[in-house]
Amino acid sequence: MGNAIELKGITKVFGEVVANNKVDLTVREGEILAILGENGSGKTTLMNMLSGIYYPDAGQIFVHGKEVSIRSPKDAFDLGIGMIHQHFKLVDVLTAAENIVLGLPGQGKLDRKAISAQIGEISGKYGFEIDPARKIYDMSVSEKQTVEIVKVLYRGADVLILDEPTAVLTPQETDKLFQILKTMAADGKSIIIITHKLHEVMSVSNRVAVLRKGEYIDTVNTPETNPQALTDMMVGHAVTLNIDRPEPRDPVDRLAVEALTCVNGEGVTVLKDVSFTARSGEILGIAGIAGSGQKELCEAIAGLQPVQQGHVYYTPAEEGKDREDLIGKDPMAIRDLGVSLAFVPEDRLGMGLVASMGMAGNMMLRSYRSGKSLLVDRRSPRELAEVVMKQLEVSAPDVTDTPVRRLSGGNVQKVLVGREIASAPTVLMAAYPVRGLDINSSYTIYRLLNEQKEKGVAVIYVGEDLDVLLELCDRILVLCGGQVSGVVEGRTATKEQVGLMMTQVRGKEGAK
Amino acid sequence: MDKVLNFLVAAVLAGTPLLFGTAGEVLTEKSGNLNLGVEGMMFMGGVAGLAGAYYYEQAVGTPIGWVAILIAVACAFLCGVLGALIYGFLTITLRANQNVTGLALTIFGTGFGNFFGEVMHNSVGSYVAVCDVTKNAFSAGIPVLSGLPVVGKLLFSYNVLVYLAIAVALGLAWFLGRTRKGLNLIAVGESPATADAAGINVTVYKYLSTCIGGGIAGLGGMYIVMVTCSGVWVHNCISGYGWLAVALVIFATWSPLRSIFCALVFGGLSVLRYYLPLGIPMQIYDILPYVVTVIVLVAISMRNKRESQPPASLGSAYFREER
Amino acid sequence: MSGAVHQEPLVRIAKRDSMPRGKAWGVRGLSLLLALAAGGLLVLVLGHNPLAVYGDLVKGALFTKVALRETVKITIPLLGTALAIAPAFKMKFWNIGAEGQIMAGAIASTYFALFWADRLPGAALLMVMALAAIAAGALWGLLPAVFKAKWGTNETLFTLMLNYIILGVEKYFQNGPWKAPTSSFPKIAMFAPAAQLPKVFGVHIGWIIVLAATVLMFLYLRYSKQGYEIYVVGESEATARYAGMNVPKIIMRTMLLSGGLAGLMGFLTVSGADGTLTENTAGGVGFTAITVAWLAKLNPFAMVAIAFGLAILQKGSNTIQTNFKIPASASEVLTGILLFFMLGCEFFINYRLIFRGKGENRG
Repeated sequence: MGNAIELKGITKVFGEVVANNKVDLTVREGEILAILGENGSGKTTLMNMLSGIYYPDAGQIFVHGKEVSIRSPKDAFDLGIGMIHQHFKLVDVLTAAENIVLGLPGQGKLDRKAISAQIGEISGKYGFEIDPARKIYDMSVSEKQTVEIVKVLYRGADVLILDEPTAVLTPQETDKLFQILKTMAADGKSIIIITHKLHEVMSVSNRVAVLRKGEYIDTVNTPETNPQALTDMMVGHAVTLNIDRPEPRDPVDRLAVEALTCVNGEGVTVLKDVSFTARSGEILGIAGIAGSGQKELCEAIAGLQPVQQGHVYYTPAEEGKDREDLIGKDPMAIRDLGVSLAFVPEDRLGMGLVASMGMAGNMMLRSYRSGKSLLVDRRSPRELAEVVMKQLEVSAPDVTDTPVRRLSGGNVQKVLVGREIASAPTVLMAAYPVRGLDINSSYTIYRLLNEQKEKGVAVIYVGEDLDVLLELCDRILVLCGGQVSGVVEGRTATKEQVGLMMTQVRGKEGAK
Repeated sequence: MDKVLNFLVAAVLAGTPLLFGTAGEVLTEKSGNLNLGVEGMMFMGGVAGLAGAYYYEQAVGTPIGWVAILIAVACAFLCGVLGALIYGFLTITLRANQNVTGLALTIFGTGFGNFFGEVMHNSVGSYVAVCDVTKNAFSAGIPVLSGLPVVGKLLFSYNVLVYLAIAVALGLAWFLGRTRKGLNLIAVGESPATADAAGINVTVYKYLSTCIGGGIAGLGGMYIVMVTCSGVWVHNCISGYGWLAVALVIFATWSPLRSIFCALVFGGLSVLRYYLPLGIPMQIYDILPYVVTVIVLVAISMRNKRESQPPASLGSAYFREER
Repeated sequence: MSGAVHQEPLVRIAKRDSMPRGKAWGVRGLSLLLALAAGGLLVLVLGHNPLAVYGDLVKGALFTKVALRETVKITIPLLGTALAIAPAFKMKFWNIGAEGQIMAGAIASTYFALFWADRLPGAALLMVMALAAIAAGALWGLLPAVFKAKWGTNETLFTLMLNYIILGVEKYFQNGPWKAPTSSFPKIAMFAPAAQLPKVFGVHIGWIIVLAATVLMFLYLRYSKQGYEIYVVGESEATARYAGMNVPKIIMRTMLLSGGLAGLMGFLTVSGADGTLTENTAGGVGFTAITVAWLAKLNPFAMVAIAFGLAILQKGSNTIQTNFKIPASASEVLTGILLFFMLGCEFFINYRLIFRGKGENRG
């Protein structure tokens, strides 16, 4: 069989970040190709260039042997390429059938009967269960996904790209989806599935292509490989980063999370029975595939996320004070207890900072209430901003007027971390604090976290780069699908061990 | 019995300008544009319709009724489109705030109507009034059929604009519910990003629905001048109707079919005091439509039922690069 | 990339980082001139000399003591209401209901003016009227805020409807219980002198009140803790919650303030400008003030200039009606044109156009 898609030397750069560097990739007709890689390895970016969302900076794309230029989703459709994104692009108040035909040319009148019949035909062929007349908002996530797949097929796609299709599915739904994918491949369609779940790769794909940090590593035939070999390819050999890791000094339990369970707005259990302790004077790393519950865990501790069950006990540093349960308290109530909790959230400009304010204005976010006056004290935040600017080497035109959104990513993060550290916390949570930062800024952040650790702060570091986690953290909690798959010692654990735990909960598979 | 019949007829006549305004605004809002300038566009359409009919009379001397109607309809529609085009250019292309732009259009349109109404008055030297032929054409019912007992009066006694308004609303319902283009428009109003990804030209849809919606609203203003005021420009004659139309869109929960019924209810409420004197002050009748609208608005937000919500992107501009 | 040339569209739009302040004001000044030119064109079509008309318009609004006082009188509620709207808009709560909040305040103070004038000593009466107006306006503004905070009810439409409900209430009082017994026409009697605001330099003291309010609002939005909270909630509710702010409480509190200040403008109008309550007491001020606040970018001091400018247009239009027989509604048309141009020009300050082939020249 021939090649459906061929990519040669595809490069895409966002600002200073190289998302894809000279990537080559071949997809054969009638095969299921899995694209494997950690977060930030450039899988989705690469596929977005195939589906017309992004335009490559360099490189060539061949479809069925012919060189093409894909400038828009429509171009992709015309070439028979359809992508099912992680975030579904569906109009909630319309029915399945209406969404499927949206934007298509055709006779002016909407012939629902004929459309339903066509949808029925496609469904029958591949075994979908779909009610064309149902509204999207009445559907479960897996039904919505089915609509997306049918939408792509209805438009005549013979290359289907699925971005993490199983992230939102139950094991049963996943099995069903895989069955359908195999039927489609047997029918001659080419399927590309982006994933980082090894067992799925093993069970569904014909071949596996591995990306790491924007680089193409290799493509192997699935029957000729095994999870361990794939993990090695995915995470690469351990790299020595030379991050300092001082020994913890008299660690005591500061934060005890017990049996925490959270259900999000859509009714999905995002945290299940999570228990662990964070100790003063050490850095506890949290590892896991993106969306394994890291965000909810941090927000639950900070009092921003409603919790179904469980406790977060805080033991004050002062002698003789009893521990307090933080669950059920909002951030103000937590602060009123005298708990000094600093939180560097993942969404820096949307949550941690006010994007349109200057540095000084952002310093106020934590402190503006201080004092009895009706007016805010503008001098001390300004002084703090100047201190942060100097000590953390923030490069900004000024501390008052320039909105922080105009600063570079590294400087934004320094502003945020600088403010959080300035509140003299006893617990510091940092979610992906070095994401998108250059090397120098990253090391500044590591240094700051270590300084806090040495001051006796209980630091919780949510990270994605295993090399960093293994060199920076004293202990690493590994999450998988909202559950704890284990806690390992940062000094002795191996990358392969943690990588495997990220995809499996205590030996069994990580799905819910 | 006669009284009920008279009341219903009066309700239909009073509800028609509202139906035009509402149908136009439903079409506009379906594209995600909240145009608060309905009142302004009605004023613009009103004065343009009168000017068209009046200068046609002056030009030919012996006017033909239906020609006068056609000219008035065309002028009113085009002038409504003009108002909507200003709004559309500012909010769609230049991404100005929709609320503020809509208010500016109301200020401008109200001034435009009154200004040209008075300019015409000044140039004529007396009241600008159309002649009887035209006036009668604007109030004539359907010949023969309107002579039938009861049914004739209830269904066939109205002027042609009443039937036009209903036809427009029915046409819109058909367009939104049964055609591909209607479906695309709904998608644009609900989720412009999704529509964009599906290959729909969001800008074109927004412009067309806003402009045609404005034209339809303009017809409502023309109706008030030509029918309600019998073809005479009365200062501020359209005041309040545009805002009632905005209210009606909520009351009808963005459905053209329901707007027919709701316009009838609002029309009925506005004439109720003459037919059902309950001994309550007549101002209470005046505020009833608005009270009902508030209740509907609160109820739909509390029940949170998906069908009755405003179009999801209502009020916000779309910029593809802001993902 | 042979054969795969990325065809650029003719014009692309991109967000601008920021335009230097001076240049931004240049753009605004230019569009003001363009708007005046467009208005002038209209005047020219009507067969008048635009310069003469504009000249008379300004003269008629400013050049005599009486005219100047009138212009200031028009400015007062416009400015005050724009100030009232500012905190709500800063919070991105689209309060289109200032018109109704003015009326609510006017009705409440009219009640005391009509029925308590002989029972309360002068200063106390005025004080009670003012407080009643603030309370009524605040409550009328709070109502949609409660529903917004609890159920997310669309505040634009809710506040809009409330305008007409309160107007109906006013008409009821005017035609019924509060109708002046001596008049055959449905109107409310003039207030007793004790219920009317004293004058300073020929204009009721409302002008001092709104100028004070301007400064206070500037300080409030810029330097107060509550002003800071308003800013943060408006920018990002997620950030506000992260900082431990009680978002529903802030929404309600801000609308109390916004409605209260608008209500006070109702008091100034009935007690200061008109001496009685009519259905035109608010008279569209609530709507025009929104455009004033918006054009001023919610800066109180800029509002003073813009409100005064629009008042000149409104007052001057009477003069040109007399001198040129141009209908007074011309002021609304001109206001509209000005607003269109000023709203449109912000685009050129916030975005830049990139023409094909020109590459990324930063403007």
